[in-house]
Amino acid sequence: MTADLAGILTYGSFFLVTALSYAILCLGLNLQWGHTGLFNVGIAGFVAIGGYTSAILTTPASDQHLGGFGLPIAVGWIAAMVTAGLASALVGALTLRLRSDYLAITTFGVAVVIHLVALNAQRLTGGPFGIGFIPRPFGDLADKPLLFTGLNLALVAAILLVLALGLERLLHGPWGRVLRAIREDEKAAEALGKSPVRLRLEAFTLGGAIMGLAGAVHGHFIGFIAPDNYQSGLTFQVWAMLIVGGAGNSRGAVIGAVIVWGLWSVSGLAIGGLFPPADQARASSLQLVAIGSMLVAMLLFRPGGILGERTIVSRWVKQR
Amino acid sequence: MPEPVEGADAALLSADNLVKRFGGISAVDGMSLQVKRGEIVGLIGPNGAGKTTMFDLIAGAQSADAGSIRLDGAAIETLAADRRVALGLGRTFQIPRPFPTMSVVENVMVGAQAQSGERIWPNWFSMSRVASEERLNHDKALELVDFVGLSHLATEPARVLSGGQRKLLELARALMADPKILLLDEPAAGVNPTLLASIVERILALNARGMTVLVIEHNMDVVARLCRHVTVMASGRLLAEGTPDEVARDPQVAEAYLGGLAA
Ligand SMILES: Nc1ncnc2c1ncn2[C@@H]1O[C@H](COP(=O)(O)OP(=O)(O)OP(=O)(O)O)[C@@H](O)[C@H]1O
Ligand SMILES: [Mg+2]
Repeated sequence: MTADLAGILTYGSFFLVTALSYAILCLGLNLQWGHTGLFNVGIAGFVAIGGYTSAILTTPASDQHLGGFGLPIAVGWIAAMVTAGLASALVGALTLRLRSDYLAITTFGVAVVIHLVALNAQRLTGGPFGIGFIPRPFGDLADKPLLFTGLNLALVAAILLVLALGLERLLHGPWGRVLRAIREDEKAAEALGKSPVRLRLEAFTLGGAIMGLAGAVHGHFIGFIAPDNYQSGLTFQVWAMLIVGGAGNSRGAVIGAVIVWGLWSVSGLAIGGLFPPADQARASSLQLVAIGSMLVAMLLFRPGGILGERTIVSRWVKQR
Repeated sequence: MPEPVEGADAALLSADNLVKRFGGISAVDGMSLQVKRGEIVGLIGPNGAGKTTMFDLIAGAQSADAGSIRLDGAAIETLAADRRVALGLGRTFQIPRPFPTMSVVENVMVGAQAQSGERIWPNWFSMSRVASEERLNHDKALELVDFVGLSHLATEPARVLSGGQRKLLELARALMADPKILLLDEPAAGVNPTLLASIVERILALNARGMTVLVIEHNMDVVARLCRHVTVMASGRLLAEGTPDEVARDPQVAEAYLGGLAA
């Protein structure tokens, strides 16, 4: 194998690890928005909670931030789901009874607050410099880039697959059927003994936990996190991915993540090639323009997304 | 049919002095009614009398400003709508509310109660239990779809149903929960004569099997065929009670209906 080919494969795997981390995030948003109609515009905040939780629990001792627990990566990831899920449950409990626009404003505010905490609670989070030396899965293979990124890709793909199958089971069973019933006619669902508040809260919490996991997984792959990773641009990207791929469809969420992250990366490379270094920071806003244009095109020509919503409600009922 | 707890005469459902105000007007203004076990009671009255609001209060879709409601001996007026269903209260809506993108049989399956699969964990960790409950539900839902005569549409999305078929779907959906009492809001409105006869038949068949029913209906023929006892409401209050014949002859009742026309 030539060195060039190995380089391309390594880059490709690296790209896909990030894209699939986004895909995990999209599954979380798909559960909240695609299946339940909950408008979360504070995704970055829940991702940050997951990323920081796992980083703090697994890093070696440091005087820059809280830490020194040195727990296994898997423990960090589970804890990331728990804290992000709890934060979602709290936000949800405070807002889900209210109308959806309150949820939007609240989640937006929560994300801003979390970013500020990450930035300023230095003894907890390391402040603007973030947290480094986060243990990377297969970290002892880091000097063999192809093997290292390849194994990480396999790991993220496996997590994504397990999540997607788990969600499928849930959404195509009684739980998903009631969720859809509530989305279609809340009063009718109540009259059949269903509790919209409980179901929405569960969906919001589970979605938030998945977002937290995505934050942890990606943080560990890069080995370093900082507050600026978790700003509204991230929330925007994830929304773009879900809209492009098709809300209400797990496969669509994954495809949307890969396509939008691909466009983001390609436009980033193009800017790197086209603009002198001094202008690149400013030119990088063209990446947002690229994604925005794609969104507009999508909404105009294929509003349901590439795959659109799947209407299978129950795996127990034969579809014609 | 379960053995009545407090003797055959005890009311299965009793609502006492219910009040519901919307701004200045009292849609329900101190209304009371009782339904005994095994009865079909008709709730009639002119348009705007407050009948549907009364149903909403009993079912918990709206909360009463005052008054008390007992179902099978338990006070339910403070419970949320979904809890009242769990205690045995089923209702249909005057304007049917199907879940439009779900198939007819899936609509009915939503009505099943106490499903472990409606919790998250069992879907992953008790799959065989969820699966066997679902198979039973599916069979039961198909039977109910058949009972209301919608078998040929079982896998169609509910949005394609006609108005009358939607009424039948709502009936099947409510029955899926095995209610002790069914609240039917104008089950025959907007239904063609053939379908109407079949709806009346279905309700009588249910009652013959022990189902207690409270039914709002404008069509007096239907009322006469279904009910031996009728409660008349006007302007949010109890106006008269008795057999269909008695209330039909009651001059007060006639005047309430005419007054409704004049207003
Ligand atoms: N949500 C609401 N807000 C304000 N007024 C309401 C509301 N719901 C009902 N009303 C009023 O309460 C009164 C009773 O309405 P309700 O629907 O209970 O009558 P009804 O007896 O069911 O009439 P119909 O036979 O036409 O169905 C009407 O005057 C109606 O306009
Ligand atoms: Mg009415």
